[in-house]
Amino acid sequence: MTSELDIFVGNTTLIDEEVYRLWLDGYSVSDAVALRVRAGILEQTGATAAVLQSDTMDHYRTFHMLERLLHAPPKLLHQLVFQIPPSRQALLIERYYAFDEAFVREVLGKKLSKGTKKDLDDISAKTGITLKSCRRQFDNFKRVFKVVEEMRGSLADNIQQHFLFSDRLARDYAAIVFFANNRFETAKKKLQYLSFGDFAFCAELMIQNWTLGAVGEAPSKPDSQVDDMDMDLDKEFLQDLKELKVLVADKDLLDLHKSLVCTALRGKLGVFSEMEANFKPPAPQNLSRGLVNVAAKLTHNKDVRDLFVDLVEKFVEPCRSDHWPLGDVRLFLNQYSVTVHSLDGFRHQALWDRYMDTLRGCLLRLYHD
Amino acid sequence: MPGKLKVKIVAGRHLPVMDRASDLTDAFVEVKFGNTTFKTDVYLKSLNPQWNSEWFKFEVDDEDLQDEPLQITVLDHDTYSANDAIGKVYIDIDPLLYSEAATVISGWFPIYDTIHGIRGEINVVVKVDLFNDLNRFRQSSCGVKFFCTTSIPKCYRAVIIHGFVEELVVNEDPEYQWIDRIRTPRASNEARQRLISLMSGELQRKIGLKVLEMRGNAVVGYLQCFDLEGESGLVVRAIGTACTLDKLSSPAAFLPACNSPSKEMKESPLAHPPSHGCRSTHNSPIHTATGSRLTQNFSVSVPTLIYTGMGSGSAGKEGGPFKALLRQQTQSALEQREFPFFTLTAFPPGFLVHVGGVVSARSVKLLDRIHNPDEPETRDAWWAEIRQEIKSHAKALGCHAVVGYSESTSICEEVCILSASGTAAVLNPRFLQDGTVEGCLEQRIEENLPAGCGFCHIPYDELNMPFPAHLTYCYNCRKQKVPDVLFTTIDLPTDATVVGKGCLIQARLCRLKKKAQAEANATAISNLLPFMEYEVHTQLMNKLKLKGMNALFGLRIQITVGENMLMGLASATAVYLAALPMPGGIQIAGKTPSDGSYEQHISHMQKKISDTIAKNKELYEINPPEISEEIIGSPIPEPKQRSRLLRSQSESSDEVTELDLSHGKKDAFVLEIDDTDAMEDVHSLLTDVPPPSGFYSCNTEIMPGINNWTSEIQMFTSVRVIRLSSLNLTNQALNKNFNDLCENLLKSLYFKLRSMIPCCLCHVNFTVSLPEDELIQVTVTAVAITFDKNQALQTTKTHIEKSLQRASTDNEELLQFPLELCSDSLPSHPFPPAKATSVDYSSFADRCSSWIELIKLKAQTIRRGSIKTTVTVEKASPMGEGNFRNRSAPPCANSTVGVVKMTPLSFIPGAKITKYLGIINMFFIRETTSLREEGGVSGFLHAFIAEVFAMVRAHVAALGGNAVVSYIMKQCVFMENPNKNQAQCLINVSGDAVIFVRESELEVISTQQPTANCQQSCAGGEVTT
Repeated sequence: MTSELDIFVGNTTLIDEEVYRLWLDGYSVSDAVALRVRAGILEQTGATAAVLQSDTMDHYRTFHMLERLLHAPPKLLHQLVFQIPPSRQALLIERYYAFDEAFVREVLGKKLSKGTKKDLDDISAKTGITLKSCRRQFDNFKRVFKVVEEMRGSLADNIQQHFLFSDRLARDYAAIVFFANNRFETAKKKLQYLSFGDFAFCAELMIQNWTLGAVGEAPSKPDSQVDDMDMDLDKEFLQDLKELKVLVADKDLLDLHKSLVCTALRGKLGVFSEMEANFKPPAPQNLSRGLVNVAAKLTHNKDVRDLFVDLVEKFVEPCRSDHWPLGDVRLFLNQYSVTVHSLDGFRHQALWDRYMDTLRGCLLRLYHD
Repeated sequence: MPGKLKVKIVAGRHLPVMDRASDLTDAFVEVKFGNTTFKTDVYLKSLNPQWNSEWFKFEVDDEDLQDEPLQITVLDHDTYSANDAIGKVYIDIDPLLYSEAATVISGWFPIYDTIHGIRGEINVVVKVDLFNDLNRFRQSSCGVKFFCTTSIPKCYRAVIIHGFVEELVVNEDPEYQWIDRIRTPRASNEARQRLISLMSGELQRKIGLKVLEMRGNAVVGYLQCFDLEGESGLVVRAIGTACTLDKLSSPAAFLPACNSPSKEMKESPLAHPPSHGCRSTHNSPIHTATGSRLTQNFSVSVPTLIYTGMGSGSAGKEGGPFKALLRQQTQSALEQREFPFFTLTAFPPGFLVHVGGVVSARSVKLLDRIHNPDEPETRDAWWAEIRQEIKSHAKALGCHAVVGYSESTSICEEVCILSASGTAAVLNPRFLQDGTVEGCLEQRIEENLPAGCGFCHIPYDELNMPFPAHLTYCYNCRKQKVPDVLFTTIDLPTDATVVGKGCLIQARLCRLKKKAQAEANATAISNLLPFMEYEVHTQLMNKLKLKGMNALFGLRIQITVGENMLMGLASATAVYLAALPMPGGIQIAGKTPSDGSYEQHISHMQKKISDTIAKNKELYEINPPEISEEIIGSPIPEPKQRSRLLRSQSESSDEVTELDLSHGKKDAFVLEIDDTDAMEDVHSLLTDVPPPSGFYSCNTEIMPGINNWTSEIQMFTSVRVIRLSSLNLTNQALNKNFNDLCENLLKSLYFKLRSMIPCCLCHVNFTVSLPEDELIQVTVTAVAITFDKNQALQTTKTHIEKSLQRASTDNEELLQFPLELCSDSLPSHPFPPAKATSVDYSSFADRCSSWIELIKLKAQTIRRGSIKTTVTVEKASPMGEGNFRNRSAPPCANSTVGVVKMTPLSFIPGAKITKYLGIINMFFIRETTSLREEGGVSGFLHAFIAEVFAMVRAHVAALGGNAVVSYIMKQCVFMENPNKNQAQCLINVSGDAVIFVRESELEVISTQQPTANCQQSCAGGEVTT
């Protein structure tokens, strides 16, 4: 006796959260059954293995049918085939688009192309996440990217509108899309200590301040030319950043800046001497030079991609090697950016603020072990 | 009464991409009704076209309005080649033809293609303007309401229940026409869908005409079926119960109706020509019935007590003046009818007087081509024959009517088994007459019938019983005789007194049969039938005993014929009726007592059975209250009766001591184990696993013993197909496979629905089919309803407490039966001592043998080309009390807008149905030539059933409704050809579209109900997700 056909269709579609998770995690039906058995479901319910098998198959089939709709979540809301309560619909969407920290760290900033997709085997082997699940997550990133790529307006809002995500998830996806679009390098060994959350935080700040959308409120150019407002960094702004070089190139300005910072921080900083030493021009680890040079280099795409590598190399690592406490870093960065306003010879105050406000936020977030 | 049909095509959404180059579609719509077609403009390059068309107007006569479906086809415009069809929507406009139902159909309909399934949705608005025209010779029956519900619909009151209506139409099946060889599968499927839609329209119209002829205005319990006879044609047949219904202004006004007969007589001028004279004179002793009906004088006060109570020898037909009068009366009301059948399974209070038992008839026929579709005489004659059989069986049981009546067929190649079954009953004539209501008689009946047990009392003559049965005095009223077990096809009457809870019982059986052709095949089948019926009956009886219960409701026996086997599946809900005697146990007897180990084995088995019975009693809370000595004695005024009672008491005195396992030899069924078969039977008895705790199941509308439903419901359909290994199939192996299939299916359901615990599976409906040689397909549709466990325990307790209380204090009043059938909800009858009254049960074997004799008596007649077997009879008589149904659950607040509920029940827990919008009757075909790509057979059928649900919901929402009640999947024919990567499935569903309002909301908005409904329904159209 073999079962040829075995189905269960409810007027309200039954969703078993546990099985959904197993399905999303990419387990095959038999693996899922084994995992459910291990979780002790047979003892709890008195069911037989055959019942469990049939139940799991059934749910998998349902999820498979729902998957097509999940690719465009508004369709899930308007379709008539599956009657699902709104709260369950939200759960289906949220879970489907959820991603693993380990996975997202692997692909963050990479081009969402076929080439990357080919590497998913390696990622799967490395992270222990099933290939199926990797594919789903990758495809999700790519799908969201494709949909919002050409759109104007707030990136997170666009994502939320077209995929019906929660705020949190929409912001995460905005970061992923932003990173993928700008191809920031995140995979280098020295960046390994950073979490997705760290990058997402930076992405949000950068989207708010450094993109075309950020200046959208006071449009400097006709709207028609402003494309991809939130996705791309403001090229003009990046060009202008070269002007900041004067802060390290002009010796007077540098000295004045240094003395102002030192005066303000004397006695407040536990690592004062190290700080002071780092300000000196010949010092290989000149913090100020580092930060300004990072800014000046951003005109080149290649250097934009290396932004985080540079920030870690030029700022985070020196500070860390001198054992700066986070509080001291904060004090220093505040003073460092504020005192520039007192430099009479420096004409790019607005530009400096736009650069430094964001950078300060990022650096503080990046500064941990 | 011609009319104008107006259709507007508003928009489409989610259309499929038809042009690969642009990833878009140039869609337009064809709207067709009859032979007229309109087209919208082409909406270029969009998957969400906004046609916003003008109103397309069709001027048609009402005959066409009833027969024809509105056909909407969405196409993709193609400049160079033929336009590609995207899909179709068929809309049955019947609901727009009654004044009270829907006024407009408006909403999103899934666009359906028989090859691709649902492909997007289309927004359509449909209206009908009817012109009044009183043409006497009209062929249409617009205005007759149809209900699938097998009880009087909730917001109506039955003025008259006229009786049986039936009709069938036949046609050639397009799939078997020569043209099918050259047309595409899509064209063939669409031709079939359209034809069946037309035929059901025609059928409904013809039935409507019959109803109008009977002066009714509605059909209740409407059941329409298709027989796909293959080469020989396509038969669409329907049965129903014609009624004159009266809309209740307020749902609350229902109950008092039966005390004021005069009230029932106004209304519905259609049904009551003014020629009826004495409507309001119900106090007058003399009533003239219309026409030539006899005049009767009821002023004689009938000494009820004397006559009804005793009659150990004469309680039958000549039992007493009252009974005789009643009988006469009923007879006169029924005698004009050819078939006094009723498809109802639940009745207005007081309608059902006595129940005789299950009557059924089957006949095996050889199909031949229907030569002239306009004169479907053969098929008509076949059914007439069967119905005649049923009628005579009912007569043999002393009954004039058959209730809970249904008909079915099973077809395999050219052999067809026609089956009909129902419950023989004696009815109260009050509802049957189109004219005067006999007030006095009615009151007599009400006084006379003790609530809660009256229907159990035997209607037949005790001395001349149609089959062997063991009668005792009713354990409730102690006046009338009742049988020891009662089988019925109806729902448990609301006023029946039940002890504990009920449960689903199934008898399952397979019999191998040689493959044969034509007449030989028919002969083989008809030879097997009686044995199958007998065995199904035995299984049911054993399982019933094993549960410690004494009655079956909703019994449905399905016999399915296949190439090389016959399958029998009987489902019923077992209960313990307080009026019937306590069932005896089951005793096992071995044939060879000499063998010691064998003996041990037997006794081991015996113990297991006894344990199971005890466990079941505990599980289902079957503990009929014991009653003290004095109560037993006092209410029996008749010396004769008393002595009888005492005698039986003494007979079984030895059992009083051992309370629980009282399978004294006298009252036990004896199962003889004389061969391995019997052993198997006993084993299979014990393999049925009870549902896990927190679950109950039944196949009736509601679960006896549970009354506090909460509002969560989940309707589902589950289908399983198993392939038997063809090697060495034996009956035993087959039985085991089939048994496992059903048991596993149930287990799966319990597992799937575990989050709803505590809950009850109601209206569990199993259908078996044998699509191919080694395939068995089982389809189950049911609804899971949650209930409040704590409250349940409480009510049961108080219920018993109260009844005990009353039993001890009110025993003297008992004789006066001060109950009003319809209003009293208190169970007020003492239970007799459980052990004291066992009348000698003869051995089971005895009964069986006489039963089979009976079957033999009804010998088969074999005629050329048509072979007929009849198998019949079970016995019975139910009881009543309890008023469970209407007790409302704690109202659950938020009803999500846009959700359409579906349920096989006639009600929605925690809610009031405020309007019936019309019948839903839909037929779909789905075919695929890429089975593997669609996820194999399971993926294919899963998607199809989900789509069918979606289309039903969409139609209901478009009518402005938010639920389908009395939903039923009447057919699910699945065929596959994995080698060709093909499969095809046909599904037929029906139900009643309704608007319901949550009781909690009802309280708030009771005054503005109509507006609320309207809003709800409008919203419902759009948001059905």
